Amino acid sequence: MSEPVVPPSPAAQVIQPRAASHARRPPPLGRDFGPAMLFILPALIGFAVFFLYPAIRAVIVSFTSWNLLNPPQNVGFHNYQHALTSPHFWHALWVTVLYVLYNIPIQTVLALLVAILIHRTTKSVLIRALILVPYLLSSVVAGLLWLWMLNPVLGILNAIIAHLGFGHQAFFGSPQQALASVAAVNIWQFLGFNAILIFAGLQSIPAEIYEAAAIDGAGELTLFGRITLPLLRPVLVFVLVTSIVGSFQIFATITVTTQGGPANATNVIVWYIYQNAFQFLKMGYATATSLILFVLLLFFTILQFRLLRGGESDL
Amino acid sequence: MTALPAPHRRRPKYGRYLAWLVLAIILAIALLPIWVMVSTALTYPKDLFDSNVSLIPRGASFFNFARVLGIVSANASHAAGGSGASINFALALRNTVLYAGVIVIVQTLLSAMAAYPLARMRFFGRDFLFYLFISALMIPQIVLFIPNFILIRQLGWINTFAGLIAPTVLFSPFSVFFLRQFFLALPKEIEESARLDGASHFTIFWRLVLPISWPPIATLILLNSILMWNDFFWPFLVGRNSQTRLLTTVLQFFQTQTPNGVPDWTGLMAGSTLASIPVLILLVVLGRRVVQSIQFSGLK
Repeated sequence: MSEPVVPPSPAAQVIQPRAASHARRPPPLGRDFGPAMLFILPALIGFAVFFLYPAIRAVIVSFTSWNLLNPPQNVGFHNYQHALTSPHFWHALWVTVLYVLYNIPIQTVLALLVAILIHRTTKSVLIRALILVPYLLSSVVAGLLWLWMLNPVLGILNAIIAHLGFGHQAFFGSPQQALASVAAVNIWQFLGFNAILIFAGLQSIPAEIYEAAAIDGAGELTLFGRITLPLLRPVLVFVLVTSIVGSFQIFATITVTTQGGPANATNVIVWYIYQNAFQFLKMGYATATSLILFVLLLFFTILQFRLLRGGESDL
Repeated sequence: MTALPAPHRRRPKYGRYLAWLVLAIILAIALLPIWVMVSTALTYPKDLFDSNVSLIPRGASFFNFARVLGIVSANASHAAGGSGASINFALALRNTVLYAGVIVIVQTLLSAMAAYPLARMRFFGRDFLFYLFISALMIPQIVLFIPNFILIRQLGWINTFAGLIAPTVLFSPFSVFFLRQFFLALPKEIEESARLDGASHFTIFWRLVLPISWPPIATLILLNSILMWNDFFWPFLVGRNSQTRLLTTVLQFFQTQTPNGVPDWTGLMAGSTLASIPVLILLVVLGRRVVQSIQFSGLK
C-alpha cells in the first residue's frame, strides 16, 4: 500500500452520534446548521472541487476522445469497448494481478510471522522502530536503492551471488525477473509496517483467553488456529485489503526501476493509464481505464465490509 | 518475558533462541540496504568503479553530499566521476519542507474543523455529508489525478506551488474520518457546561475540544507528515521544473540525467540519504510515538 489511499479500517464501525437531549422541536435544518456549515465550509470546498467534481468529470471525459489540445469529441462507449478488447489493457491487468500474487501472500505470511515473533520475544519499542525503518522511506528511495543493489554489474547482491559461485542476474533488466524484483522491493518496504499492524492486533487479545484454553489442555497449534487467527481476523482483513488495493496501484517504484519494461514485463495498470494520459495524451481512454480499475477495486472494499460485519462478536 | 501466558513459559529455551535468530535475520534484511545506501553515498565517485563491491565505504567522503547540494560546481562534479548533471537538492529540500508542512498543518486543522460538527452537532444532512466525505476513500488516486491535472492545467497552475498543494490542502477523507471517530467518544458534558456559560461553538472548539484532542491530532500529523514527505505521484505530474521539484521527484529526475550513459549512483545515494534523514531523525526523536501512531492507525 504505497499510495496513501486508505480504505476504512477494520474496526471502523461507524459510531452513531448520540442524540442530543433536547425537548424543544429543532428548526427545520437543525439548530446548529449555520455554525456547522461555517466549520465544514473549507473542507467542503476542497471536497467539491478536488474530489466530487473530478470524479464526475472523469466519467464525462471517459466518453470522449480528447488530447487536451483540441476540443473533446463525444465517442460514446468506444473507450470502454476499446479497453476491453485491447490486448495491451488485458496484459497490463494480468501483469498487475501477477504482481499482487507475488507480493501479497509472501508479505502477509512474513508479516504475521514477524508480528508473532516480536510478540513472543520482546516488548522493546526499539525492535518495532527498527523494523519500521524501510516503511519510512519514500518508494522512490526504496526503488533507487534496490535498483542500485540489484545492478547487474556493480550491485552488491550480484557480488554476493558471484561469491557463492553463481552467475550474474539481470534482475530489473530481465523480463522474467523484473516483476518479482519489484515485488521484492515492496515486500521489503511494507513488511515491517504490516507486521506492526498485526502486532497491535495481537496485543489486543487478552492473555486470559490463552490461559483458559491452556488449562483446558489446548496445544500450541490449537491456540494459534482457534484463538489467535480468529481474533486477528479484523486486523488481517484490514492489512490484506489495504495491501491488495495499494498493490493494484503501484506506480512510484515502477517509475524509478523499470518504467514498465523490459518488454512490457512490468507494465502494470496504473503505469499503463499514466502513459495513455500523460505521454500519449489520450485523456478519454485513460479515464475510462482508470474507472474500470475503480470498479475492480470497489469489489475488494465491499468484500472487506462483508468480511468484517460477521467478525465483531469474536472478542 | 514475564507477561507470557503459562503454556509458553514451559516451552524449551531453544525455541526462544530460534525466535530471536529469525527476528535478527529479518532485522538485518530490513536494515542492511540502509547501510548500503549511506555507504555508497560516502564513496568517492571514481572509487565506485575502481574497487570491488564492499559493504565498507572507501573512506568517508562528503563530496557527494556537497555536489548534490550544489556546493561543488557541475564541472568539478563531472571531473570527479559524477554524471555532471546539475541538480539542486537544496531547493528541493526547501520545497519538500514547504509542501509537507503547509499541507499537513492546514489539512489537519481544516479536517478537525469539519470533523467536529460531523460528530458533535445536530443539523440536516449531517450523516449524508459524512458518508459522502468518506466515500472519497474508495476512489483510486489515478481516477482523480487525471481530471485534477486537467483542472490545474486550465487554471494555469502547472509548475506552481498552488498546483502542487491544491488538491490535498483543504480536505482529506482519512483525516476527517479519523478525527470524527475521536470526537464522538468525548463526553457530552464538555460542551454543555460551556454552552450554559454562553461560549460560542468556535470558542468551545478552539479552547476546549482542540486542546484535549491533542493526542489523536499529533498522531494524525505524524502519519500525514511521513506520507506527504514521501509523496511522489501528484508532484511528479504537476511540479516538473527545477523550481517546483520535491526531493522524490528531483531524485527521479536526477536518475534520468545520465550524460555518461550510466546513472550517477554515488550522487543518487547521497540524494536518497538526504531525503531519508528527516524521517529517520523523526524516528530517533519520537520513536515510541511513531510506533504507537502506526499501531493505532490500523486499530481505530
